[in-house]
Amino acid sequence: MDLDALKQRIAQGLGGKLGNAAVAVNELTVECAGADIIDVLRFLRDDTGCAFTILIDVCGVDWPNRERRFDVVYHLLSITRNQRLRVKVQTDEETPVPSVVGVFPAANWFEREAFDMYGIQFSDHPDLRRLLTDYGFSGYPLRKDFPLTGYVEVRYDEELKRVVYQPVELVQEFRDFDFMSPWEGARYVLPGDEKAGPQKDAK
Amino acid sequence: MSEVAPVDDRKMTMNWGPQHPAAHGVLRLVMDLDGEIVERIDPHIGLLHRGTEKLIEHKTYLQAMPYFDRLDYVAPMNQEHAFCLAVERLLGMEVPIRAQYIRVLYCEIGRILNHLLQVTTQAMDVGALTPPLWGFEEREKLMGFYEQASGARMHANYFRAGGVHQDLPPGLVDDIAVFCEHFPKVLDDIEVLLTDNRIFKQRNVDIAAVSRADAEALGFSGVMLRSTGVAWDLRRAQPYECYSELDFLVPVGKNGDNYDRYLMRMEEMRQSNKIMMQCLAKMPGGPVCSADNKVVPPRRAEMKRSMEALIHFFKLYTEGYHVPAGEVYAAVEAPKGEFGVYLVSDGSNKPYRCKIRAPSYPHLAAMDFLCKGHMLADVSAVLGSIDVVFGEIDR
Repeated sequence: MDLDALKQRIAQGLGGKLGNAAVAVNELTVECAGADIIDVLRFLRDDTGCAFTILIDVCGVDWPNRERRFDVVYHLLSITRNQRLRVKVQTDEETPVPSVVGVFPAANWFEREAFDMYGIQFSDHPDLRRLLTDYGFSGYPLRKDFPLTGYVEVRYDEELKRVVYQPVELVQEFRDFDFMSPWEGARYVLPGDEKAGPQKDAK
Repeated sequence: MSEVAPVDDRKMTMNWGPQHPAAHGVLRLVMDLDGEIVERIDPHIGLLHRGTEKLIEHKTYLQAMPYFDRLDYVAPMNQEHAFCLAVERLLGMEVPIRAQYIRVLYCEIGRILNHLLQVTTQAMDVGALTPPLWGFEEREKLMGFYEQASGARMHANYFRAGGVHQDLPPGLVDDIAVFCEHFPKVLDDIEVLLTDNRIFKQRNVDIAAVSRADAEALGFSGVMLRSTGVAWDLRRAQPYECYSELDFLVPVGKNGDNYDRYLMRMEEMRQSNKIMMQCLAKMPGGPVCSADNKVVPPRRAEMKRSMEALIHFFKLYTEGYHVPAGEVYAAVEAPKGEFGVYLVSDGSNKPYRCKIRAPSYPHLAAMDFLCKGHMLADVSAVLGSIDVVFGEIDR
């Protein structure tokens, strides 16, 4: 079954629950509302024409300029139909996405990771704890507004005889070069342009 | 006066790790035991978390490549491969046929590297000491091949979007051919030690047996999935590079237990060896990297004469190349299972998001399922058999 036929089939089966569906780079991506994700994934798993029985991955993507800043991306695989599918759901910091652990037990750790890294909430998750970060860590490291260097660093304190946390001190400022050509991608006022600005408006 | 409930002295909670020889890295397990029976396992991971995905978001595509060696550090090039495939798909690049053969050759070397480590350390986890000594001798030779091609024994950074960094040095092909010729004999020797060994079988047969339905629900891939009788190998099902031109078999298990997985890995090494020999025989001449100057840096010699090459060199090593906006998921059959890279590009010179889907991550997540009802001593055998490396789990 090619991707367009698959798209048809999913659109038929899901009806109004399906949002955008598009084929790009030979991959089918479908979107749906966060509240519907359990029904959508259950249909995709149980429908014989889809048979996406393996949940490959769940991850978050952060788009801070968007109203609902997070994408939750589910990658599915059907080994009987030899087909892959991507399902996307949008959410923000507060709105929880229903956990799909009941449909795919594999989602457990993937959702914990997305919670840990982005602070995406999953409702009815059996065990939504932090997974990869340190015990007692605060903040969500993969958000775009979290600095690459983080906020705290650790060292061994000789007097206290234990590892202590302290604010990050950089010997050298982190160097992040802007390679965008000023003729194409500059999002700032080019030096000198501020003088020309008002004149243009006057004309 | 309140009655004190009688304490059940069989129940206990045990902490295992984070530093334990059988942990294959840094893993902490919190186990609820009933005597010696495991009732619940809660793995605590992240002790090797380095923020790879965050770092990649701040690096150009070229600079992101070395991070992939450091994920599953027992088979580095297989990881690079997935990232290269993802970038190439977004760029719409063609890889020259010689480069495809070199990539496949080195991915299969990676598979043997991984399985040699896995099989022999699994034997060590259940008490045998000789197999690791024999296996590591062969790994050393294979890492020598890594070094001859890339300059580094482990962290190769050899694959590039569009091909590989450099051509193989003269004589290397013959060295690998010599290795391939005698390697099956080494496998025979290891098999003599393990396959019919009474202790090895007692510790592995029927341990952590998984059914096909459970394996699918838990997101298993690779050997873990195939051991339950599913003939699913990405090299065959969704062929990438030149795998469709190569002749090899995919071993499939029956019982889904530790022992089946051991047998399959032994057979996979023989098949990899066969693939390597075919690669050596079939490898044509020609370029090892795409000729697209906007992505692939120029050769050193060109830069001495051509101004344009010099400009390309300068631009590619400072700014890097821009990848068209879009998203792609590329997966390869890594030795441990499906290794995938979900790459989101916003059209700039850095990945917007690079999610790394590590195969042993869902496998380790299933530890609770796999070990429930087994003895405490089986935990290390199961851990050895599901083949975990914390570089890729913690990322």
